Amino acid sequence: MTATASPQRTGPGKTSPETPASRRGDRTFAAIVRAAAFTILLALVAVFLFLAVEGWQGLTAEEAVYSPFTSFVSYIWPLVVSTLLASAIALIVGVPFALAIALFISHYAPRRLASVLAYVVDLLAAVPSVVFGLWGGRYLAGWLQPFHVWLHDHLGFLPFFGPGPPSPNGRSLFTAGVVLAIMILPIITAISREVFLQTPRLHEEAALALGATRWEMIRYAVFPYARSGMVSGIMLGLGRALGETMAVAMVLATTPNMTLNVIGTASPPTIAANIALNYKESTPERQSLLIATGLVLFVVTFLVNLAARWVAGRNARKLAR
Amino acid sequence: MNTFSVRRVALSAVAVLTVGLTLTACGDNNSGTASDSGGDTLNGGGATSQANAQTAWRGAYQKQNGGTINYEEVGSGTGIENFTSKAYSFAGTDAFLTTDQMTAASKACGSDVVQVPAYVSPIAVAFNLSGVDTLNLDSKTISDIFTGAVTKWNDAEIAQQNPGAKLPDTAITPVHRSDESGTTFNFTEYLNKTSGGAWSEAANTVWPASAKGGQGADGTSGVIGLLGNTDGAIGYADDSAVKADGSLGVVSIKVGSDYNAPTADGAAKVLAASPPAAGQPATSMATDIDRTATAKGDYPLMLASYLLACSTYSDSTTADMVKGYLTYVVSSDGQQAAAAAAGSAPLDASLSKKATAIVAKISSGS
Repeated sequence: MTATASPQRTGPGKTSPETPASRRGDRTFAAIVRAAAFTILLALVAVFLFLAVEGWQGLTAEEAVYSPFTSFVSYIWPLVVSTLLASAIALIVGVPFALAIALFISHYAPRRLASVLAYVVDLLAAVPSVVFGLWGGRYLAGWLQPFHVWLHDHLGFLPFFGPGPPSPNGRSLFTAGVVLAIMILPIITAISREVFLQTPRLHEEAALALGATRWEMIRYAVFPYARSGMVSGIMLGLGRALGETMAVAMVLATTPNMTLNVIGTASPPTIAANIALNYKESTPERQSLLIATGLVLFVVTFLVNLAARWVAGRNARKLAR
Repeated sequence: MNTFSVRRVALSAVAVLTVGLTLTACGDNNSGTASDSGGDTLNGGGATSQANAQTAWRGAYQKQNGGTINYEEVGSGTGIENFTSKAYSFAGTDAFLTTDQMTAASKACGSDVVQVPAYVSPIAVAFNLSGVDTLNLDSKTISDIFTGAVTKWNDAEIAQQNPGAKLPDTAITPVHRSDESGTTFNFTEYLNKTSGGAWSEAANTVWPASAKGGQGADGTSGVIGLLGNTDGAIGYADDSAVKADGSLGVVSIKVGSDYNAPTADGAAKVLAASPPAAGQPATSMATDIDRTATAKGDYPLMLASYLLACSTYSDSTTADMVKGYLTYVVSSDGQQAAAAAAGSAPLDASLSKKATAIVAKISSGS
C-alpha cells in the first residue's frame, strides 16, 4: 500500500509538462474542477446571505418574541453554552477512541481483522442521526444514569457535575455528548487511519532500528507525519458535533435555564436542536429569531474552527522548533 | 489507497442513487395522489394536535364525496400564516385568532373568517410512580410541583389530598414540552387561572424559564416516552396519548369540591358552557374556556382546536368543498369519527348545531 502511494505524494502542481495533445483536455478538466470549487463557495455564501437576510429581524424584535427571555442575547447565550459543552464532551470522549481505533487498524491489527474493522466503523457513519437519537434516549441514557450519579458523588464540586441533583433518567447533555462522540467517531477514524497508513515505511523502520518501541515509533514517526490529517479529521468531527440536530433533540431533556452542569436534570438544547424543536409551531417573528440563532451557530462554528486550527498550528510550530 | 478510493466512489454512488430514488419516489407520490382521485383538491394545514382526527375526517370525506383534501401538519403558526397568504383554503389552529390576525385573515378572504371548534380534547396530568395509579391534586399543588416548590412525592401537600395512597420518598421530576405547543398554552392558562397565584406566569406556548428543575421533551410522544422511563416523573399531555400508552398514572384534578379524572364529556361540557371570546365576528365561535368551571363532571384542563375558513371564496368549487368538508367535521358523525380515531371529545350537540349553521353560510362570491 505504501509502495503504490509514494509516487502520488510528489504533490499537486509538480506533474511534468505533458505532450501538447493533452492540453485541451487539461484545460477543460481544470475548468471543471474550478467550477466545482466555486460552486461550493457560492453555496456557502448563499446560506450565509439567507441566514443574514431572513434572520435580521430576529436580532431586534419585540421582547415577547424572545419568550421565555426578553432579549436576543439572553435567549441565545444558554444555547451557545450548551452547543459548546456538548461538542467538547463529544471531542473529549470521541477523539481518543477514534485515534486509538485508527492506530489499531493501521498499525496493530492483523490485516484481515483491520479491513473488517475499518468496514464496520465506516458503516457507523451511515447510521442516520434519528436512529442514534432514539437509541441514545431510550437505552444509552438509562445505562449511563448510574455513571451520572457516580460523577456527581465524586466530582460534584466541579461546576460541570454539580451542584444540582444528577439526572434521574440520564437524559442529560453528557449522554447527548456521548451519542455525538459515537457519531463523529467514524469520520475521525477514517481520515486518521488513512493518514497513519501514509507514513513512509522508511521513517517507521528507521525509528524501530534506532531502538524505539512500537509506541515510540508511533509517537515520533507516525504522529508528526499525520498531524495535519488528524487535525482535519477532528475539525470535520467537530463540525458535525456542533451542528448535529436530531440526536441532541431526541436525547436531551431541556430547560430554558442556562447551566454548566452537564449531568443535571436538564440543560438548554444546542442551537441546532432548538431550531428543530421550535420551528414547526412558530409565528413568523419567532421563525426569524430561530434563523438568527442559525446565523450565530454559523459564526460560532467558524470561530471555533479558526481557533482550533490556530491551536493546532501553534503546536506544530512548537514541535518544529 | 486504491481500495479506499474505490470504497469512497462506491459510497458516494450509493448516496447519489439513494437521493435520486427518494426524490423520484416523492415526485411519483405527489402526482399519484393528485391524479388518482380525478377530483378537485383542497389544501389546508396547521395544528399538529388535529393530525389524527384530520386523517380520519379526510379518509371518510374523500370516500363519500371524492376529491382530495390535504392537511399539512405544519403547526398552528404556519397554518395561520399560510391561510392568510391564501396558500391554504382552510387551516387548523390551537389558539383562536387574535384581533390582528383576524383582521389580516379577513382582508385576505375579502370576507369574515369562519372559525369553528373542530377538535376538543382533555389534557391529562400523567405520572410514573411505582405502586400509585391515581392521585388527587388541586391546581395549586400541580403548580407547586411544576415550579419546583414541591420536590418529593411524600410532601405533605400531596399526602393530605391522598389519604389512602402509599407515597414514596421519590424525587419528583416534572416533565414539560420543549417545543412550542398549544398543549403548554392550555396547561399554563389553566394553572394561571386556577392556582390562586401559585402559578404566576401568563399562559404561553413556550415553557417559562422561572419553573426550575423540570425536564423538557420534544412533542407529545417525547413527553410520554420520558414519563415512561423515569420513576417519579409527572407531565401533561393530550389525554388520548396517555390512554394509548396505558402505563401511566393519571391525576384527578380538583374541580369545585370534587376530584375529576379527564373525560371527553367533561371537556365538551366545559367548552359548551364557556363564554364566547370578545371582539370576534359573528362567524367565529372562539371561546374563552372557563378554567374555573365547577359543575359536576367538568374537566376544565382541556384544549380546543379550531378550523379556519373564509365565509366567501371566489370560486364555487373551493367554496363547496370547504363547506362540505367542514360540515362533515363539525357534524355528529365527524366528531364521533375523531373520537374513535384520536380519542377527542365530540362537540356538545348545541355547539355542533351552531357550528353547522355558520359553516352552511360559506358561499362563493359576495
